[in-house]
This record gives sequence, C-alpha cells and structure tokens, in this order.
Amino acid sequence: MNATVLEASHLARHYRVSRGAFAPTATVKGLADASFRLEAGRTLAIVGESGCGKSTLARLVAMIEPPTSGRLDIGGVDIGTADKSALRALRTDVQIVFQNPYGSLNPRQTILDALTEPLALNGRGGNAAARREAARAMLQRVGLRPEHADRYPHMFSGGQRQRIAIARALMLQPKILVLDEPVSALDLSVQAQVLNLLVDLQQSFGLAYLFISHSLSVVRHMADEVAVMYLGRIVEQAPRDALFDNPLHPYTQALLSATPVADPERPRERIRLTGELPSPFNPPAGCAFNPRCPLAFDRCRRERPELEIHGETLVACWAANEAMSGRTL
Amino acid sequence: MALLEIEDLTVEFRTASGLFRAVDGVSLSVDAGEILAIVGESGSGKSVAMLAVMGLLPWSAKVSARRLVFDGNDIAHLSARERRRIVGKDMAMIFQEPMSSLNPCFTVGFQIGETLKAHLGLSRSERRARSIELLAAVGIPDPERRLSAFPHQLSGGMSQRVMIAIAIACQPKLIIADEPTTALDVTIQAQILELLIALQRETGMGLVLITHDMGVVAETAQRVSVHYAGQKVEEQAVRDLFADPHHPYTAALLAALPERSTGRHLPSIPGVVPGQFDRPPACLFEPRCRFATARCRDKAPPRQGALAGFALCHYPLTHGRPIGHPNPAGREVAA
Repeated sequence: MNATVLEASHLARHYRVSRGAFAPTATVKGLADASFRLEAGRTLAIVGESGCGKSTLARLVAMIEPPTSGRLDIGGVDIGTADKSALRALRTDVQIVFQNPYGSLNPRQTILDALTEPLALNGRGGNAAARREAARAMLQRVGLRPEHADRYPHMFSGGQRQRIAIARALMLQPKILVLDEPVSALDLSVQAQVLNLLVDLQQSFGLAYLFISHSLSVVRHMADEVAVMYLGRIVEQAPRDALFDNPLHPYTQALLSATPVADPERPRERIRLTGELPSPFNPPAGCAFNPRCPLAFDRCRRERPELEIHGETLVACWAANEAMSGRTL
Repeated sequence: MALLEIEDLTVEFRTASGLFRAVDGVSLSVDAGEILAIVGESGSGKSVAMLAVMGLLPWSAKVSARRLVFDGNDIAHLSARERRRIVGKDMAMIFQEPMSSLNPCFTVGFQIGETLKAHLGLSRSERRARSIELLAAVGIPDPERRLSAFPHQLSGGMSQRVMIAIAIACQPKLIIADEPTTALDVTIQAQILELLIALQRETGMGLVLITHDMGVVAETAQRVSVHYAGQKVEEQAVRDLFADPHHPYTAALLAALPERSTGRHLPSIPGVVPGQFDRPPACLFEPRCRFATARCRDKAPPRQGALAGFALCHYPLTHGRPIGHPNPAGREVAA
C-alpha cells in the first residue's frame, strides 16, 4: 500500500451570500461533507456536474481557503492546528493547476520568471543561476524547449500553456498536485498529449493527484479511485473499475448513461434524468438527489443517507442499501 | 435534391497581417430529415463555414463559393433584405452559449414573439398562444408563467431550450446547431440532444450539428464531415467513420479518445493545428501525420472518392493501412 500523503475527514466549506439589500444573508454549503485519502503515486478523481462542490474541494486541499469544519491532514500534520511556519512548509507540498491556462499565467512575465518565482519566494533552489537552471530543466521535462524560457505566455498555444502551468506547479517538488479540470479547455489531440504528460510525471515523481473533472472518459483513463459528488457531498466512492463496471448510486448510473460514448454500435439505454440540480440555497430534505431520482421512495425524502460500504464501494443511497442487503440475505 | 448544397466555400478574413483563410474550399450537402455532424477542433473553420451560410459574418470576411443553394434558392447573391426573409425562418441557428445569445433586457416571451412577428406576422394573442405552445414543445414546465421570465432567471439548460424554441418557431427546414451542449452538464446535455433529435424526427427538418465531441457525434449523427484547419478532410456515414476512418487525421483523432485507449499512454497527435503564419504549402496535416512523405509536402492532396470517404489525402487509409504508400508502417512521430 502506498504512503498516505493527505487525509481529509468531514471537510465542509460554507459561504455566506448576500441575497440583495433587504433579504437576510444566506448560507450556502459549497461543500457539505467530504472524507477521502490521497496516496503517493495514485490518482483520486472527483467527478460531478457544475455546482457540486468539486472546485471548492480543490481550493480547500490546495489551502487557498480554510475549511469551515472538518479536519485536513497533510503529511501527517493537521492544518487546523499547525502554526504559520508549518503551514508555509506544507503549502509547498500541495500545488494546483487550474482549468484555464490563459488566465493562470501572468501575461507580463516571461516563462522563466514564472517558473523561478516559486523558488525565489520560498528561498529554495540556491542562487539565481541555479534557479534558472532548474526552470530550464523542468521546461524540458514537460516537453517544451529551453529557448521557450524567455518568451511570454501569449506566444504559446493552449496545450503549451497548460504544460507551463504544470511545470510551474512542479517547481517546488510538491507531493500532491491538485488538477482542477486540467484538460477541459483543450482540444482532443492536445488533451491526449497533456494526459500522457501527467501520467509520466506521476510515475517519475511519485505524485498524488487529486484530479477534478466532469469528463467521465478522461476520469476513467486517469483515475485509480473515483469519487462522485452531488450538491456538496460525495455520493459514491470506489476504485475505478468497480465504479465504472458496477455503479451503485442512481446518480452515478445516470451520469454514466448520459455520457455520450464514441461508439455508434453501442446500444443506447439511457436513464432519463428529469429536472436539474436543485438550488444550493435550498437543498431538498432527505437525500439531495431525491427529486430527480428514479428510485426515490419515502425514506429518501425524509432522511439523508450516509456513506455505507458495499464491497469495494462506498455509497450513500437508501435504495442501494436495500438492494445490497436483499442480495446478501 | 439536397436541402442545402455548398460547393467550394471559401471564407477569408482581412486581418492586419494579411488575408487569413478560415474556410478553404469546403463542399457539403444536407438533405431534409438528415442529421449531419461537422466535427473538428478549434480553428477548423466549422463554425465559420455555417455562419457564412447564414450570412452572419462581419464585414471583414470575404465569402466566395461556386454554389450556395438552400431549398432551391441561390443564397450567395441575395440582398440583405431577401436574406433576412430566409434566415430565422426557413433556416435557423442555435448557438453554444445560451446565456449570452438571449438578450438580457427582454422577457423570454418577447424574444420568441419577435421571430413570430417578423416572419409570420402573427397578432399579439396569436403570438402568445404560439409561444406557450413552443415552450411546452421544448419541455419547459409551466410555460405560461415562463413567458414573462427574463433570461437571468433561467438555468443554462432552460436557456438553451428557449433558444431551441426560438429556432423552431417558424418551422424551419434546416437547423444549424453550433455546439449546442458544450456549455451544459452531461445530464442536461443528454436532455437537450434528445429534444433536438425528437424535434428533428417529428418535423423532418435537416439538422447540422457542429461539435468537437466524438461521443455526441456517435450517438446523434447519421453522416459526419471531419474538418481540419479550414478544410473538409473526410466525410462518411457515422458507423463507417468510427469503424474505418480513411483520413489519417480522423484515425489519429479517434485513437486519441481516452475511452478507446487500452494502455496508460494515449496515442496523441504531435504538434498543433497550423495557424495563419505556419500553414504548410501542400497537405495541411502533413507536419503532424505519421504517414507523411515528400509527396505530401510538395503536392496538394487529391480528393478521394466515396469508397475512401472523400478523404483529402495522397494515401487514404483502409483498415489503418495507407493505400499506395511506400512504407505502410509509417514513421514514428515523437509526441
């Protein structure tokens, strides 16, 4: 078993939102409850539709925002109680790559400066010449040429910019890389290049990936373990093959059947989901998925199901629980 | 006779640094009752070609075509006034960003009514009745109340339904849907695609679906046209295309799909789509193609016949092997 590098238990993040001058402020549970573990050299993928809290989760893990409640241990240190200098050291262990490489690079900074900046800020990498050397080596590692170092971000294509963003994230030799939709802004042919690069880098540096994506085919390719989120909660979590071959939660099943597959011969049996994601201001009582769920019964509308283990899979669903207990009896 | 016939369509933009050819000699035809998908990556000119057909390009665009016929009318040489009578009525378009295609200042009912008034000249009460009918047809719950909703009060999926309602308002013969589901979540995407197909079947209209998503193509289209850097490189029926792609670009694109891969490494296409300044002289795909030879660099590729998927290639593939190629194994290109 690989070394655990990050452990999250019952992480939550609430936001207070003003709803206009006269309405009382409301609390939105961007992330209601998430527990998971990241291991060195392995990938945990988070999937879900917009508004399910997957980017909030990324921001908590990258320590951009503190959790409202819950506990986050990085390298065995609880970040809730760690002092400033410990946090500073921990921050270098977790780096993040965002979706939009156009927006995440400073247009006025050369690539060399963008790559040496994290080293300089953290007083690492020796003198300036050594830092530049390290940056050039990293550029080559991500498949760019050393002469690219003195260019500006606008001179690169989207795929190259994402390579630069990945190179910058790796400069501090992190243990954990949070990838927030790293390929969804890229074209198909370039997407394959970047995914290959991520696979290589994980193998050579033993990185733990938190891979956030809405694309199930990309997730199936990249992930070792997958967590499916719906309205701020993890509803199903399982090793990749278990999740794709035998999804237990009705939302996961619907998500899988709604994803178009590039195979015209495949028989199409689509689970039809009616309605849309409910408003996070006013989540439904009981299971958050119950208004759209084809299997919903009374209990789903009253009580919220907790994650329960069935074989390799953790699932939060009353119907799945009943089906599984029926099977074992 | 085809509903829409495009022959040799070329669109050039006047830019500060000279002419940029966005669409390069594209020929297409769409029949009534047919779903044609146009696939390509960004910069393949797939949207620009259809915007040219609709006459929605800015003044800086230079459009030329040997033949541009819609429903028996030559639409290349129409006056603006004559064109306006067709566009939005017999030929309608749905765009990628439903949120930004609706006018935020007017209600949904007003915006649907606008089309009905301009093209059909319906009275106020007729417009209202027809708008309710349309909203119901696109699956919007409580249509009567939704008429007075503003776009910001609708979700992305609902806005796209309203856009579809506007597009089908005058019972068009052809709908061009430009990435209609790209901005939407998968469960909503499935709903919208099902709606579009159901409407298309019911009314027997032609549907052009512009997309970059091979999954969407496989599940919805009947015929597929693959575009690369402004050119149409291949056209086949959907099953044949996925079973036996004839152009090396199509083959490489399909191989790069994560769901089709077997190993940890995806077979990726090296390099990037050529831009304005690094356009190859002959075959546009040559720098990225694993089968490229000196001939591909010197001589523009010919258009193959129907058996080879109309591939624009010197050495079209059959079951992954290039015909007439000196070294059928191809070269290894570094990713």
